[in-house]
Amino acid sequence: MPKYLLLKHYRGGPEPHHPFPPMDQWAPEDVEAHMAFLKHVGELLEENGEYVDAQALTPVRTWVRYGGPDAAPVTTDGPLPETSDLVAGWYMIDVESHERAVELAAYVSSEPGPGGQPLYEWIDVREVMSGAPADD
Amino acid sequence: MDEPARRLDEGALRALVPRVLAGLVRRGEDFDAAEDALQEAVLEALRVWPEHPPRDPRAWLATVATRRLVDARRSEAARHRREEATLAAPRPAATEEGDDTLFLLFCCCHPDLTPASQVALTLRAVGGLTTREIADAFYVPEATMAQRISRAKRALQGRRLDQPGDLAVVLRVLYLVYTAGHAGRVDLAGEVIRLARQLTLATEEPEARGLLALMLLNHARLPARLDPEGRIVTLDRQDRGLWDTREIAEGVRVLQSALAAARPGRYQIEAAIAALHDDAASAEETDWPQILAWYDDLVALTGDPVRQDPAAVLGRAVAVGHVLGAAAGLRETERLREVLAERHRWHAVRGHLHELDGDLPAAATAYADAARRATVVAERDHLVRQAARARAAGLLAGTVHPGAPRAGRSVGAGA
Repeated sequence: MPKYLLLKHYRGGPEPHHPFPPMDQWAPEDVEAHMAFLKHVGELLEENGEYVDAQALTPVRTWVRYGGPDAAPVTTDGPLPETSDLVAGWYMIDVESHERAVELAAYVSSEPGPGGQPLYEWIDVREVMSGAPADD
Repeated sequence: MDEPARRLDEGALRALVPRVLAGLVRRGEDFDAAEDALQEAVLEALRVWPEHPPRDPRAWLATVATRRLVDARRSEAARHRREEATLAAPRPAATEEGDDTLFLLFCCCHPDLTPASQVALTLRAVGGLTTREIADAFYVPEATMAQRISRAKRALQGRRLDQPGDLAVVLRVLYLVYTAGHAGRVDLAGEVIRLARQLTLATEEPEARGLLALMLLNHARLPARLDPEGRIVTLDRQDRGLWDTREIAEGVRVLQSALAAARPGRYQIEAAIAALHDDAASAEETDWPQILAWYDDLVALTGDPVRQDPAAVLGRAVAVGHVLGAAAGLRETERLREVLAERHRWHAVRGHLHELDGDLPAAATAYADAARRATVVAERDHLVRQAARARAAGLLAGTVHPGAPRAGRSVGAGA
């Protein structure tokens, strides 16, 4: 069974289906509905036997590279262009097929937003490479 | 875990671990090897005891651990001989039998170890937890936790373990375990309270009792901290009927006996503050002037509290807000801007104080700033809710006008 990451983004990706404000500016009941939906997705995946992992990332990012011999690592954590991708978190799922991963990603994307309307958020679906060669 | 093992009194089994281990080490066994052998004996006990309970559990553990030690010595005789020169000499039997817990806590909380190692080793060698349980509690793979423990024990080789250790380090490690202990699948908070209780039997130090009291008084509120959906409920909104009155009574009793020694310290002071919160029948009846007085004592413990103990200064700012007014509290937080402005708690406290001040738009902004910096999902979600709630209430009150919606993305994934 292949594993997939369903990545959610703070920013980046294709042109949004429609603009919407950050969640702290939504009506409180819309915030509740959104969070309840995400909780429900996690439970659904567990019930289906498709859940592997789910994590959220803070939006603070630090790029790091080797500084060279006897030099400190080089880091940039300053503001980056608004256009650069910023991953917000993921579900890792273990499913029968790529089609099933797409189906689940579309379901996540239907999460309720302001006014209870679907967000149509773009979800980045990535297959995880297997660690062991097939036994044949 | 299988069904019979759940019927076993695991607490009683764990309580025997430090006593058996201290006995082995005092007999001259190497701490590292003895701890490994005892861990194997504990796993064996979890397997065997439900069907065949031993007549003398402590003797059973000591016998099985000793057998494992002998086996390990035989099978690794060659390697053992090579390493013998570098191993620590057997520890002399310097301490009393009743001090087993303290003796082992000093071993496991050796100042040369990293905090993560101190925590892991303490939970296994003193707490009697299995490597898998500790790994589960901290959400790391079992192999990672096993490696952390064996590295910690290697770091202890050659160190003298018969010296009285640093009790302050032991207390800090226990508190670290307690604060980490609410999220995982294993009830670490309950385990560490048990350890602290054992510790208070071995030392007269009032700070040990202060720490036990602090943990009891906070733990008593745990059943009210989350609602059935797992959402955080802040202290002022908690159903106080859910608080554990028996734990509160014990905490107050332990705190009083600590304070009677007239040698106050940070844990006793924090426990006194927790006791005042626990004592209020409703949020409105909280004795903020008394709490502020204790915070004054807390910040006076360090020479430069803003840098050395910013958490205490931040806690005090809340008390100032409730006693002298929100504006005064906000002024107090300003002193911390340089130190804490990137931490979510600083923004969350300012949100609370702005709300107390009736400035809902400022509260909403502060909560949103806090949410962006939160590192715990439940706290982040709580802060987003607080921001949305304050903003909506502000709109209702007609104090802000909604701006044009900015293009943005939903925050966060994950369950």
